[in-house]
Amino acid sequence: MSTNQRLLLEDDLTIYHAAAHKARLLEALETHDDVEVDLSKIAEMDTAGVQLLVFLKREAQRLGKRARIVGHSPAVRDVIDFLHLAAWLGDPMVIPSAQGTGA
Amino acid sequence: MDDLNSELTGVFVQESREQLAEMERLLLQLEQEPSSRDNLDAIFRAAHTVKGSAGVVECDFIVLFAHEVESTLDRVRNGEVTVTSELASVLLTCCDHLGQLLDVLAQGPHAPTPEMESEGFVLIGRLNQLSGTTSPTITESKVNVSGGGPMSTDNWHISVRFGADVMKFGMDPLAFLRYLASLGEIVGIETLADTMPAGKDMDPECCYLGFEIAFKSRASKSEIEAVFAFVRDDCTLHILPPDSKLEEFMELIQKLPEDSLRLGEILVKIGAVTEAELVEGLKRQQGAARDAESSGEPAPPLGHVLVEQQVVQPVLVEAAAVHQAQVSEKKAKEARVIRVHADKLDRLIDLVGEMVIAGASAHLLALKHGKGDLVEAASVLSRLVEDIRDSALQLRMVQIGETFSRFNRVVRDVSRDLGKDIELVLTGGDTELDKSVVEKIGDPLMHLVRNALDHGIEPADVRQARGKPTRGQLTLNACHDSGSIVIQVMDDGGGLNAERIRAKAVERGLIHADEPLSEQQIINLIFEAGFSTADSVSNLSGRGVGMDVVRRNIQALRGTVDVVSSPGQGCTFTIRLPLTLAIIDGFLVGVGKSAYVIPLETVVECIELRDVAGDRNFLKLRGEVLPFVRLRELFVVEGERPPRENVVVVRYAGQRAGIVVDQLMGEFQTVIKPLGALFSHLKGIGGSTILGSGEVALILDVESLVHRCADAEEQQSRSATSSNRLLSAP
Repeated sequence: MSTNQRLLLEDDLTIYHAAAHKARLLEALETHDDVEVDLSKIAEMDTAGVQLLVFLKREAQRLGKRARIVGHSPAVRDVIDFLHLAAWLGDPMVIPSAQGTGA
Repeated sequence: MDDLNSELTGVFVQESREQLAEMERLLLQLEQEPSSRDNLDAIFRAAHTVKGSAGVVECDFIVLFAHEVESTLDRVRNGEVTVTSELASVLLTCCDHLGQLLDVLAQGPHAPTPEMESEGFVLIGRLNQLSGTTSPTITESKVNVSGGGPMSTDNWHISVRFGADVMKFGMDPLAFLRYLASLGEIVGIETLADTMPAGKDMDPECCYLGFEIAFKSRASKSEIEAVFAFVRDDCTLHILPPDSKLEEFMELIQKLPEDSLRLGEILVKIGAVTEAELVEGLKRQQGAARDAESSGEPAPPLGHVLVEQQVVQPVLVEAAAVHQAQVSEKKAKEARVIRVHADKLDRLIDLVGEMVIAGASAHLLALKHGKGDLVEAASVLSRLVEDIRDSALQLRMVQIGETFSRFNRVVRDVSRDLGKDIELVLTGGDTELDKSVVEKIGDPLMHLVRNALDHGIEPADVRQARGKPTRGQLTLNACHDSGSIVIQVMDDGGGLNAERIRAKAVERGLIHADEPLSEQQIINLIFEAGFSTADSVSNLSGRGVGMDVVRRNIQALRGTVDVVSSPGQGCTFTIRLPLTLAIIDGFLVGVGKSAYVIPLETVVECIELRDVAGDRNFLKLRGEVLPFVRLRELFVVEGERPPRENVVVVRYAGQRAGIVVDQLMGEFQTVIKPLGALFSHLKGIGGSTILGSGEVALILDVESLVHRCADAEEQQSRSATSSNRLLSAP
């Protein structure tokens, strides 16, 4: 049976909430086959956040599940761009038109 | 967290403003002597510091702009671009623009407006045009290799593995990388998380990440290393300079914890080495390892890379060493200055003020009790209190030179706009005055300077016709004079035209056409409100643009401004300001039961009042007429006149007058307590203070008393009807 779940992370992807986020992500991966993580509410992201995304992808692979990141907020997009991680994470990022055309 | 951020930003904004001011000063110098190497280096350092600190507070728009300025300066430094007057002008404008960007940052987390951004782009464009960036100075050899992307050989390679506890210590590796990005361009970056355990074992608060970075920058190795200074002990950092040999990359691969092949791939991916080179290198290394095993030699020590780098790029190491020396020099200079919040200083001065009052009270009691040792102890105490007071006030004192030097730029710009050749002479820049005064004097001074430039100094052809040197001269001077600070703005222009001022004043209804006025009185009319409005300026001899505003500003600081003009020779504006705003040495006098304080600096001498017939308001002092005012009558003090009265002779701005009192009570340290708003229009009284006995004494406003005496004397001599009531009751 294939189950999927959509996780909306609201607290910032920072060291302060890293433990709580990790627990949620891990639980979702263990109980569902397809996990969609919505990052649209994330206003801040630090290294701990980057690690969590890497962890999510890697864990999904290890457990043979699917994990997708959707709704990248500007803060998330910024970090992913900065670290050239977009390709590795492999999720399509939607770039708002205002930013796409601007400088 | 936010508080910390805003405080950081505040410090950054303040420090950057100082850097910009310094940069502006140096740029002006550079224009005069374009070949000065020290000067250029200092300008470059200022720009670099602004950029670096902007990176720390994560203010991207300043980093971006400062980076462009810095690169242009770097090119100038390297002799690729020569300094022209035009380049200096653009750089000065860039300084201004940076100042505006700082304003934006200081106002809160806003981005600059589109207009400002486009202005920035225009400036960058002009910089690039002048420094010729569009034509490449160095032809870079770009080789395309299969699967490797474009290959650029002049990148640094940085390999960093952060320690597990870094984030627990409150440091964010990402922030270091962002700062690194402010020093140059991250061409390629690869994130490694090989050490991250799976599942439950992964601790989200531990750092498992490492980065391989290809980095393009003109920064020195020590500068790159400094980026990671805070985590130096908690990370493994390898930096390979541009054009490193293949062997060095191989050595790096060996040292890193990850698998050699995987690392090799990463290096290829970010463009550090080509695939062919990698294969070759790995082959050789395996061979070397076998050799080493067979010969029993240990692996090369860790420091080996560094030694080799020195061989490869001795210039680089030298540059880094020089830079380090400069940085430590600057640090040492900074260490002698401590930044203190102004509030803390004010609090200290308040307390010192209270202490002065308490000390005076103790002294008074000691005198009353008449015990010798107590009196002595109290005197020592008061002397110390006096010293503390002086040092505390000294803390607030700053030299006026900094304010003066701002005018270099103004004079340069304005004289250029007007097509005049004007030299600015600054004297007495080391004169110190209260910081709060310095801040407020800037605007009125600016007004006077602009006026002098615009209307005071004549165009070169007129000057030549009048037989003056074509180069005009504007002098700013500051000095101390009997408890006041005197600031003068002098020009050698045409002076004020009294006739035209008179005509204008009549036209404006300020005076009657037939009013008899001395020339000085006419000239002083320019300070009258409504004398001149902007549209009537140019056809008059020019002065008078908002001179009433200038005077009001200065009066708000308890100061005065006056003007002396000699036709054809020039004109001098003199501003007098009180030295301090809080505590003064006072001279205590008594009338009836009330006590009054006269600022001691204004007191010239004390004499006994005698031989004055009737109600006359002047006496003869050593053959000169001295007008005086009786405080008893002025303030309507009750009680009979004592048989002996005293006159305190005071002087203000060259004028003298006498103040008649009953008693002279001696020196007294006075803490000025301002009177409430209710009494603000009261003439003749400057404030109040508390005596040691707890009584209140009023502080006399000597300036207005002297003026009243002088005016009354003048009126009396003209109309013979005099009024003794000088105080205008509210």
